[in-house]
Amino acid sequence: MKLIKTLMAAATALAVTAFVAPTFAADDPGPAAYAQALKGKRVMLVPLAMGFDLAQGWAHYLKKEVEAWGGTFETRDPNWVVDAGAQAITDAISSDTRPDVLIIHAPDLNSYSKLMKKAQAAGTYVLLVDNPANFPADAFVGSDWDRLGQLEAEAAIKGCGENSSKKIGLVQGDQANSSSLYQYAGIMKVLDKHPDFKVVAKPDSNWDATTSRNVTTTMLQQNSDICSIIDFWDGDATGASAAIRDAKLDGKVFLVTTGGGEKAADCDKLQDGTYGAVVMTELARQSGDMNAIIKFLLQSGQPAGTSHTFIYTLEKATTKADLKPDSCWDLKALQAEAAAK
Amino acid sequence: MNAIGWRNLRSLNQEGIVFAIAVVLFVAAAIGLPGFIDPNNLVAIVRSVSVLGILALGMAVVIIGRGIDLSAVAIMAMSVAWYLQLLNTGTSDGLAFAYVLAGVLAIGLLNGFLVAYADVPAIFVTLATGSFVFGYVRSQLITQDAVPVPQGHWVELLGGLRFLDIPIEVFVFAGLAFLFFLFLRYTKWGRYIYFAGDNPIAARNIGIPVRPMLVLRYVLSAFVALIAGLLTAASLHSINTRVVNSTLLYDIVLVAVIGGIGLSGGRGGVRNVLVGAALIGILLNAMTIIDIPLLYQNLIKAAILLGAIIVDGIINPRDEQTAQQGDI
Repeated sequence: MKLIKTLMAAATALAVTAFVAPTFAADDPGPAAYAQALKGKRVMLVPLAMGFDLAQGWAHYLKKEVEAWGGTFETRDPNWVVDAGAQAITDAISSDTRPDVLIIHAPDLNSYSKLMKKAQAAGTYVLLVDNPANFPADAFVGSDWDRLGQLEAEAAIKGCGENSSKKIGLVQGDQANSSSLYQYAGIMKVLDKHPDFKVVAKPDSNWDATTSRNVTTTMLQQNSDICSIIDFWDGDATGASAAIRDAKLDGKVFLVTTGGGEKAADCDKLQDGTYGAVVMTELARQSGDMNAIIKFLLQSGQPAGTSHTFIYTLEKATTKADLKPDSCWDLKALQAEAAAK
Repeated sequence: MNAIGWRNLRSLNQEGIVFAIAVVLFVAAAIGLPGFIDPNNLVAIVRSVSVLGILALGMAVVIIGRGIDLSAVAIMAMSVAWYLQLLNTGTSDGLAFAYVLAGVLAIGLLNGFLVAYADVPAIFVTLATGSFVFGYVRSQLITQDAVPVPQGHWVELLGGLRFLDIPIEVFVFAGLAFLFFLFLRYTKWGRYIYFAGDNPIAARNIGIPVRPMLVLRYVLSAFVALIAGLLTAASLHSINTRVVNSTLLYDIVLVAVIGGIGLSGGRGGVRNVLVGAALIGILLNAMTIIDIPLLYQNLIKAAILLGAIIVDGIINPRDEQTAQQGDI
């Protein structure tokens, strides 16, 4: 009995120590260090424009998180004008409230390189989002456009099928934007491996829906047996889809595009058959990546321009068959949430 | 270098030159490019320049009266974007349309009033109102660049309308072109526009209501822009306000000017717009079939415009009157 009592006492003592131990967690140095490193820090997003789904989605998720850790989040809206974006960055760097982290959505490979270098020299971490540039930013968060192009081409080949004409048409963006150039390179890589598939035309839309419609109309006119068209952005693919509809080729031409995974822009159109496949960016996850790297950089203590990390977002070609309720995010819902506050 | 040769060349004005270039291009494309001459492709060509042509009609009337309307594209995109936004947020169709129509007319009136009565040069007035319309609507009235047409709305049904397999905008373009032709050629106010454009002071001295007519032209241009916007949305099932940043505005001026409507005013008509639109349509279609990259397309387009202007400058030198009064 004595032995049992002793054992029990020992067990109790152990249990008590075990219960006491977690109280040390109150002294976990993490939260204090975290708060000290982050509090009051400024994060600024300069997208190509604030008026489209990707930028509005990023801004929503970034703002939520930055404000939660006591920072300030701001956006600038260059409204697709490269000069206005450059002005916004210049002003931000030289202002008294210089941002600690600058998130830049580059319009092309080179325009902002000098400015980004200046920002880093002033001590601001520079994050590139979505569009790569010829500049070693602290981190790049976004799509591997080459891989994205490969996914599009694979989706197009699958959409065409073995017994099709194997003719594919491309509606490119332009010849300056990295997303367009790398996307094209990726598509061609896959098509090189499938020599029986041919690109019959590859006009540019200049990211404009009306131009996309006109060039697609001509393309279908010249090759009415095209089995798939890859339009380089869902922002102008509405034009390509209008051309397909007008040519009464709905269901015969498999339209592939890419976008930010917004419900009205992508999922609804997959549902109603306008698009055959969309390579979608998981926006919440991409924003999460940005949030994580921002938190890392601000705590790292390393000078701006030290690391050159690439964080590619996982991409997937989604078709109607694998649509799920959570495949897309809903801009309207986010706006309603923001308005409710 | 004999006198007769010069006279023959001189009788060839810019419209003639551009028409000749268009015909040559057409014949060359018909022979060289497979599928170009296909009736469906010809319809596609006309359709691709219909909205451009409609906007150019409005611009032509303004330019003939010695003005210019740089707010046309902003009015076109923003009015329709606002209309669709109102519909999407539950405003009744009639009320939404009334708001938008009132807004469009108000901008037209403002343009006209500032040019006619405040004597501000048209190029500055319309540049400013265009920016204002874009900025105000984009920041205050709509939430996104692209506004979709509500499902099943008449604008969407309009886009699907076909007669004899020809899209509706071709008929609208043709109809408006005919109306503008009648207006400019056979109505008193239409003829007055030429007088006012050719010599505003003389026109005023003989009792033509120059200022109210100026206002009318800008209202007309704004209204035509609304029609063009509705047709764009009808075809694409949405309107993207990014078009305001595009080269569309320059393309409109290009169509009018390349067809031979002089920027100094008082010259040209609907036929010039049709010739200009035909050249641009044929050119773009042929370049797309040949698969020329967009950068080179813009280069070729610009080179042809420059060429036409230079040739016009050589065979139709400026006269004393234009030199004195200047153009825009």
